[in-house]
Amino acid sequence: MKPFTKLTAVAAPLPMANVDTDKIIPARFLKTIERSGLGVHLFDTLRYDANGSERPGFVLNQEPYRNAQILIAHENFGCGSSREHAPWALLDFGIRCVIAPDFADIFHNNCFKNGILPVRLPRAIIDQLMEDAKLGANSRVTIDLEAQEVVRPNGERIHFEIDPFRKKLLLEGLDDIDQTLQHAAAIDAYEAKTKRERSFIPGIEVCP
Amino acid sequence: MAKTLFDKVWDAHVVERLPDGTCVLYIDRHLVHEVTSPQAFEGLRAAGRRVRRPDATIAVVDHNVPTTDRQAGIKEADSRLQVETLERNVAAFGVPYIPLLDDRQGIVHIIGPEEGISLPGMTIVCGDSHTSTHGALGSLAFGIGTSEVEHVLATQTLLQRPAKNMNVAVEGSLPFGVTAKDIVLAIIGHIGTAGGTGHVIEYTGSAIRGLDMAGRMTVCNMSIEAGARAGMIAPDETTFEYVRGRPMAPKGEALERAIAWWRTLPSDPAAAYDKLVQIDAATIAPMVTWGTSPEAVAPITGAVPDPREVADEAKRAQMERMLEYMALRPGQKLAELAVDVVFIGSCTNGRIEDIRAAAAVARGRKVAPGVRALVVPGSGLVKRQAEAEGLDRVLTEAGFEWREAGCSMCLGMNPDKLTPGQRCASTSNRNFEGRQGPGGRTHLLSPAMAAAAAVTGRLADVRELAR
Repeated sequence: MKPFTKLTAVAAPLPMANVDTDKIIPARFLKTIERSGLGVHLFDTLRYDANGSERPGFVLNQEPYRNAQILIAHENFGCGSSREHAPWALLDFGIRCVIAPDFADIFHNNCFKNGILPVRLPRAIIDQLMEDAKLGANSRVTIDLEAQEVVRPNGERIHFEIDPFRKKLLLEGLDDIDQTLQHAAAIDAYEAKTKRERSFIPGIEVCP
Repeated sequence: MAKTLFDKVWDAHVVERLPDGTCVLYIDRHLVHEVTSPQAFEGLRAAGRRVRRPDATIAVVDHNVPTTDRQAGIKEADSRLQVETLERNVAAFGVPYIPLLDDRQGIVHIIGPEEGISLPGMTIVCGDSHTSTHGALGSLAFGIGTSEVEHVLATQTLLQRPAKNMNVAVEGSLPFGVTAKDIVLAIIGHIGTAGGTGHVIEYTGSAIRGLDMAGRMTVCNMSIEAGARAGMIAPDETTFEYVRGRPMAPKGEALERAIAWWRTLPSDPAAAYDKLVQIDAATIAPMVTWGTSPEAVAPITGAVPDPREVADEAKRAQMERMLEYMALRPGQKLAELAVDVVFIGSCTNGRIEDIRAAAAVARGRKVAPGVRALVVPGSGLVKRQAEAEGLDRVLTEAGFEWREAGCSMCLGMNPDKLTPGQRCASTSNRNFEGRQGPGGRTHLLSPAMAAAAAVTGRLADVRELAR
């Protein structure tokens, strides 16, 4: 996983609440066995018309937002399905950070596994960031994960909260599985203990 | 300290608690399907890892598969590739698998409980958000992304922080014509699509205890539509009776020991919840969604709301967009909306009880002219059971299509899709824009209400048909 440390980039304003994962990447694009290549379908129905032509009104079809690496959105971003294709599509497009008042749980989780930083900030601050973002290339936003700060174009620093464990994984680009395998002895011990205490639970076996 | 059902199941699965509160949580059952697993197996391969507990893992194909003419194979090349990739992966990693042409094949959330794979007190995960379904048995069951699928395959654990506890109590008896689906739609309408975020919902109260297991699964299934991490219902005699005799459930003396443990799981009387919601069952009517979010829901006797009455600007804009997408006018009566398609099936409502409910309405009636109505059993065994009861004949004589098991028109990733502009009465779980196919317009409702829509050609109050 690519570490996330500090990012200064164009932020795209997407003033919508309940942006669901079907909106981020419709189900018909999930028929891939790869992680990459989904960026072209990001926000497919918002971004393209029925003929596949770009809708000029959609923010990511406009300059300078085609190069946005930060997305500003309203409440409950990423609700709906567990598809990790949603953060994969964001990442493949180039988005490394989403800022919103709150996120759906599974999407929030999935972001961290892919080096995307989801930042929760109160709606009043989101409204300011949304106005900043509308100014485009002249108003780049900085995200400093170590300091846990969003820096507005006017230099104002806004603190955000993040779980320390997840912060460390993101900053160092660490793999979750490697982290967990440091506890391999504890997992072995747990399995041995429950095998005794809950011996009534059979293993899965599909009989012919 | 008094504990909730969630606390007890969680605590029984903590392998290790890290200093910041993150837990290494042991996973008892891992359900795998073709769409969210290829990249996970690929990750294992790249790192030279094996599947730690094949005997705690089960794979099945459901999302992508056609629901007719199965012997001919899968025509769509990308769907076929995902299915073949899963078959290669389960063979290479030794994971138990139910193949497409097996009678036991079906939607992963239907077959877990049906086969006795999902049991009370377990932690159950799957790369699918509707994994919350299995919470109906009193297990902690939740959806995960593909990276976490790989994590569970490799370690049989997840790194998780405990959720908060929420109690949704539905007390009283359900009025005539009101079902589990109406309960959960009413709950989502009440608390909103983010109402459960960060929480595990425990459904309590006499109306919940009075539901059969199929109804409980319908309720827990849509917990994610309220934003909750999972939904749970305390195991009781109804649960134990359901589990008894399932192929992969414990048997004989082992089952009695299991039940003895399961009896200790219900929340302690003094257990505290972070959030409490109370709903009077008597106030619930048959529900139908009018918008493109499951919280955009109203009783069938109601009308399309008016955005001008919404004070918040962003919410008003959202409602306007919904009405435009759904081609609805404020004030239109819901019971006057003509439908093009009716879909009965999905992990929400694809069980035998759901098909019985639909058939009871369809019996002796005909699907309205111009309406296409599909019934898709949740599993091959549900299909066989329905056929043994003659329900397939009732439905086909009424003009319904009777199909093979799969996710079908719930999510538009297989040949069963809406075409742009079609209006569909659907027993599935999501009415998002394009969910059932690009430009499709979805109204969520119960199986009986869906059957009523099929025979009247419009959204209809099933209570009027029954009179």
